[in-house]
Amino acid sequence: MTSLQPDLNGASTATLEKSPIIVAKNVEKTYDNGFNVLKGVSLTVNKGEVVVLMGPSGSGKSTFIRTFNGLEPYQKGSIEIDGTPISHGKKGIELVRREVGMVFQQFNLFPHLTILKNITIGPIKLRGLSKAEAEQVAMELLERVGIAHQAEKYPGQLSGGQQQRVAIARALAMKPKVMLFDEPTSALDPEMVREVLDVMRSLAESGMTMVCVTHEVGFAREVADRIIFLTEGSLIADTTPDQFFNNPKEERLKTFLSQILH
Amino acid sequence: MDEFTLSRIFINLVIATRWTIILSLIAFVGGGLVGALIALMRISSNKLLSRISWLYIEFFQGTPLLLQLFLAFFGFSVVTGINLSPLVAAAIALTAYTSAFLGDIWRGSIQAVPRGQWQAASAIGFGYFDQLKLIILPQAVRLAIAPTVGFLVQVIKGTSLASIIGFTELSRAASLINNVTLQSLLIFGLAGLIYFALCYPLSTWSQRLEKKLAYK
Ligand SMILES: Nc1ncnc2c1ncn2[C@@H]1O[C@H](COP(=O)(O)OP(=O)(O)OP(=O)(O)O)[C@@H](O)[C@H]1O
Ligand SMILES: [Mg+2]
Repeated sequence: MTSLQPDLNGASTATLEKSPIIVAKNVEKTYDNGFNVLKGVSLTVNKGEVVVLMGPSGSGKSTFIRTFNGLEPYQKGSIEIDGTPISHGKKGIELVRREVGMVFQQFNLFPHLTILKNITIGPIKLRGLSKAEAEQVAMELLERVGIAHQAEKYPGQLSGGQQQRVAIARALAMKPKVMLFDEPTSALDPEMVREVLDVMRSLAESGMTMVCVTHEVGFAREVADRIIFLTEGSLIADTTPDQFFNNPKEERLKTFLSQILH
Repeated sequence: MDEFTLSRIFINLVIATRWTIILSLIAFVGGGLVGALIALMRISSNKLLSRISWLYIEFFQGTPLLLQLFLAFFGFSVVTGINLSPLVAAAIALTAYTSAFLGDIWRGSIQAVPRGQWQAASAIGFGYFDQLKLIILPQAVRLAIAPTVGFLVQVIKGTSLASIIGFTELSRAASLINNVTLQSLLIFGLAGLIYFALCYPLSTWSQRLEKKLAYK
């Protein structure tokens, strides 16, 4: 297939080589009001891996994942994306951000642009693609997420599930090395959750490296290579889905699971 | 003594209207340019720039335009010894006044764009000015149209204050002619119609523009 497909061999080679692509070491963050939200969190994600990040509300999941593309400043520790250090406010951070796609809970599509332009604006302005090239890439991606026929519409005319799939396509159009998802299905009506998870699942199968904050247990069980558990700013579990759900060790994790698994 | 016929009254008013238009245009252009700068300073993460623009806005919004005209016309010469022509003084005062209001309106419009839009734009990899230009401003403009035009209509009417430093613009001309002819209702009625003719197209144009820029 074309180069817009993320490296199809990524998944298999990654498990063999284990080459790290996100390396976060002892990340510490305190908000301006003195709240110590991250208390030295370390995480290494290898190429092609799908990591699901779980934790109670307010545990710092969003804050942590947002440090990976420099949206959130941190005070101590270090984060590298494919060997390049990243931190908020640093010069050249835009260059690293291009390599890290992000999908938000609230979609955040650009309401003044058509679906097609939402996707092509990045590649045209930042990757130097011609309009025609960018549109071709965009149409292929829209095809892949199942909404090619909506290309000329505006975000406001689409359902939440469709908007979120466009948001995924928009992030993929930059050909990122890593994709971050922050509760991508939490703002969706229940009947639309599935269509977004299906897109994420096929993205995972294509070998994309993904870090997902989600409470979708089915997705986590079936798609995640690892599940990490954050509570009160500390990582207290980093394990396989099987261990995580069937054999949890930590008390706080057990409590959490009893809540989400009812 | 000259007979002030209806057509002569009308012609005199129209001639005076040229000053109303010139002063308004100066206020729009000067106020728009400086106002854009003030708005950008106001949203800047640089504390000093933001503080300066805040003071600027507070000062010129918090004092009457009349006082600003006096300050520019009389105050300037007291301090520097240089006499400003009425036109330059009016240009300075109108620019300062208009820019403070437009700067504040535009700051509000920019800040009314949801934070998620900035975040999505930076997550794609756009730098600050690209985020502003490609994503934020196009959305802010839509929000700014109605209050901006509403304020510009106030400015057109506000130019009448410039008569105080010597401009025979529309209001002053009307009052001078009235002193001679004493046909108050006719003269001020005509002047009112001319103001209306200047302001009304602005308002309808703004409504059309808002419709055009509305998202589908
Ligand atoms: N700008 C801020 N200033 C101060 N505290 C903040 C700020 N943003 C978030 N917090 C606090 O930091 C904590 C962690 O927030 P974060 O959004 O990372 O949690 P989360 O794990 O993503 O929670 P949720 O599941 O609700 O999304 C919360 O207690 C929140 O109130
Ligand atoms: Mg969160």
